[in-house]
Amino acid sequence: MRQQPVLEVRGIRKEFPGVVALDGVDFRLFPGEVHALMGENGAGKSTLIKVLTGVYQSDGGEVVLAGERVRIAGPLQAQQAGISTVYQEVNLCPNLSVAENIFIGREPRRFGLVDWAAMRRRAAELVRELDLDVDVSAPLNSYSIAVQQLVAIVRAVDVSAKVLILDEPTSSLDRDEVRQLFAVMRRLRDQGVAILFVSHFLDQIYEICDRMTVLRNGRLEGEYLTSELNQVELVSRMIGAELAGLHQLGGGKRRERTAPTGKAFLQADRLTRRGAVEPYDLDIRPGEVIGLAGLLGSGRTEAARLLFGADQSDGGTLRIEGAVTALRSPRDAIAHGIAFCSENRKTEGLVGELTVRENIVLALQASRGWMRPLPRAAQDAYALRWIRALDIRPNNPEALVRNLSGGNQQKVLLARWLITDPKLLILDEPTRGIDVGAKAEIQKLVANLAEDGMAVLFISAELEEVLRLSHRIGVLRDHRMVAQLDNDGELTPERVMATIASGADQ
Amino acid sequence: MSTATATSPVRAVTRSRLFWPAVVLVVLLLANLAFTPDFFALHLRGGHLYGSLIDILHFGAPLILVSLGMTLVIATGGIDLSVGSTVAISGALACLHISESTDPGSLATVLTALGIALGTALVLGAVNGLLVAKAGVQPIIATLILMVAGRGVAQLITDGQIITVTSDPYKMIGGGYWLTMPFAILLSALVVLATVLLTRSTALGLLLESVGGNPVASRLVGIRAMRLVALVYVFSALCAALAGLMVSSNVSAADGNNAGLWIELDAILAVVLGGTSLNGGRFSIGGTVLGALIIQTLSTTVYTIGIPPETTLVFKAFVVIVVCLIQSPVFRAKFAARGARTRRTTRSHTAAPTNREVGA
Repeated sequence: MRQQPVLEVRGIRKEFPGVVALDGVDFRLFPGEVHALMGENGAGKSTLIKVLTGVYQSDGGEVVLAGERVRIAGPLQAQQAGISTVYQEVNLCPNLSVAENIFIGREPRRFGLVDWAAMRRRAAELVRELDLDVDVSAPLNSYSIAVQQLVAIVRAVDVSAKVLILDEPTSSLDRDEVRQLFAVMRRLRDQGVAILFVSHFLDQIYEICDRMTVLRNGRLEGEYLTSELNQVELVSRMIGAELAGLHQLGGGKRRERTAPTGKAFLQADRLTRRGAVEPYDLDIRPGEVIGLAGLLGSGRTEAARLLFGADQSDGGTLRIEGAVTALRSPRDAIAHGIAFCSENRKTEGLVGELTVRENIVLALQASRGWMRPLPRAAQDAYALRWIRALDIRPNNPEALVRNLSGGNQQKVLLARWLITDPKLLILDEPTRGIDVGAKAEIQKLVANLAEDGMAVLFISAELEEVLRLSHRIGVLRDHRMVAQLDNDGELTPERVMATIASGADQ
Repeated sequence: MSTATATSPVRAVTRSRLFWPAVVLVVLLLANLAFTPDFFALHLRGGHLYGSLIDILHFGAPLILVSLGMTLVIATGGIDLSVGSTVAISGALACLHISESTDPGSLATVLTALGIALGTALVLGAVNGLLVAKAGVQPIIATLILMVAGRGVAQLITDGQIITVTSDPYKMIGGGYWLTMPFAILLSALVVLATVLLTRSTALGLLLESVGGNPVASRLVGIRAMRLVALVYVFSALCAALAGLMVSSNVSAADGNNAGLWIELDAILAVVLGGTSLNGGRFSIGGTVLGALIIQTLSTTVYTIGIPPETTLVFKAFVVIVVCLIQSPVFRAKFAARGARTRRTTRSHTAAPTNREVGA
């Protein structure tokens, strides 16, 4: 099948002040294939995508689309040329209807007016073609993120159907939703659409992709058929490092540890909030890692937010170190030694226009109050120490957090809470959307913190990860904690899965 | 400032946030010199300094104060439209008290008047702050209430008349001299300095920028955002009240209709010219002072150049547009790219005329 690539990039180069983000990268995309773009955080994946979609202008090299050299001057030109993108964060208007979102900017018209009936009819057709059960006249925000993403894909494909770029589409989807997305992707592939797929889930890459291009430090590492490169080799090409210890990472080998006994740091007793989570019990001891498993939207985050005072409970009691405590605000929780890394790094975590240093000291500074500023020397010391300890890149404490990649932003968020020396660390999806290297580092860090006596509540959609780290796993389903499983060495992902699926421990 | 990577000192200066506002101010001042040769001249007469530069600082002092409060409000992502009314109310209250007192020239009377004006401002600011921070009313609406109603209150206080006062201690605030300088300049400089110290040598500045930059994250990090936001409106009202005292003191009269009229717009403009984004977050007090001085210089220029009064606003608008364009990174990037291209073309003509990519 030697056919013409629909999209070819030759020797593309992109520089930012002080960084070469792309250094002579070649890249080909054939019609009717799903192609993975692989690389660590900061390898240049996002930059390449932004060049292809006209968000950035390249500083060198050429882009050939369907045999013709093109200059992509902006997102609109990219779209007109046939390149559509769906980003990790859905870029639609949540308060408009599904149909409006699909046709916004190109509404069907009649006599100069928007033809609403035609719009709804055609939107319904498009949605049905992809086997989605969606009411197109309902507002977009009445659907889950997963459906919103599919709507974005429907729109992208309908606008222009040559090249579809999916940037981390699966990072906030649960298994069923991923399956649905893959079905849609396969159908589009069979129609001849070239799909560029970016994901940190290696299993998904191997399930859906035909070929892959690996980038490292802004350079092309190579182009491979998925069938010719196994996962371990792929990872070694991505990080370009010695493989020692990596096998273990993929193997799901878990540390054998005995759960700490001792007095609980925190006890939730029938804690609840209407519409968010049904009454649940939970004890967390110092040195213990409790995992929360469950599908997206099962109430994992909601349960955790009650323990941090981010939302107020409307029933049940919370004891901290034995004393009944009502957490009225995150500030109360922080005063009790609780820290919470939100799953939404950008909207609920970091302040983008502040520097790495300022973001790191923010929680500590807030608890000291504005009257007692941390001396600049202390701020620098904290920032530099954690930049080094967590290998935050770039290693410049004065870099704006906004300009960091997702994994590095996550590390900044972790550093912010670690310097407050919390007794209970709540981590909500700390490894979502970050590369394997950083993921392993964060997992190791969590295990070490627990060994040093910190209590950890670890929320993740990746069961393997939860199993590897946790002493005990609370399983949530439909906003209810349906079981708490002891991770005694015999617990398997399958059993957790079955519990999630059936709603009872079997 | 801090983002400059210390490659060269020149680069560090040009990348500073204060660079472009400063350039604009200098250009405006130099433009004046062309029309008024003795524009930069300072004279010492009777122990008082006189000159155009002194005038700009003197008449600009109230605007600097109002803009100062506005800067912190805007840093939290808010806006305070009520400052103009607060200027009027504060002047009216002070003048009313002095004019009704039996001994208008005594220090005690003046101090009481100041207390009444500033105390009232405190309450007005607290109302704004509570509406925004506690009740969650949009800042532009919350402060619009006082902007409209406050003007009426000021007119009620003065009974629709202009209250004139004769009081030497009161005259000092806006019209007096101390150490050869107009007292208003010293007073505003002192308040600016105190605000810089208050925000930058404590953590207040960082916390305000955090609240403005990302309110949700700031709450989750344990910042008492509500309190900070409310306080910022109180501070803004106090600054406006002080400006109101200066304005009325300078003319020894309170005019409920016209004192501080539209000053909120000039203040917002000064903040934006100074490089603080209306979206909140990073703020620059130095930039705001420069912005306020640009606006005041512009007003002065209009008189010295002799621009007809009916075209004054057009002229002002034109300069403001230019300043905003110069400060826009997008515009600058476009401009720089064009400059670079022209340079490259010239170079390639001499070196490699066959290079076709340049022309594309």
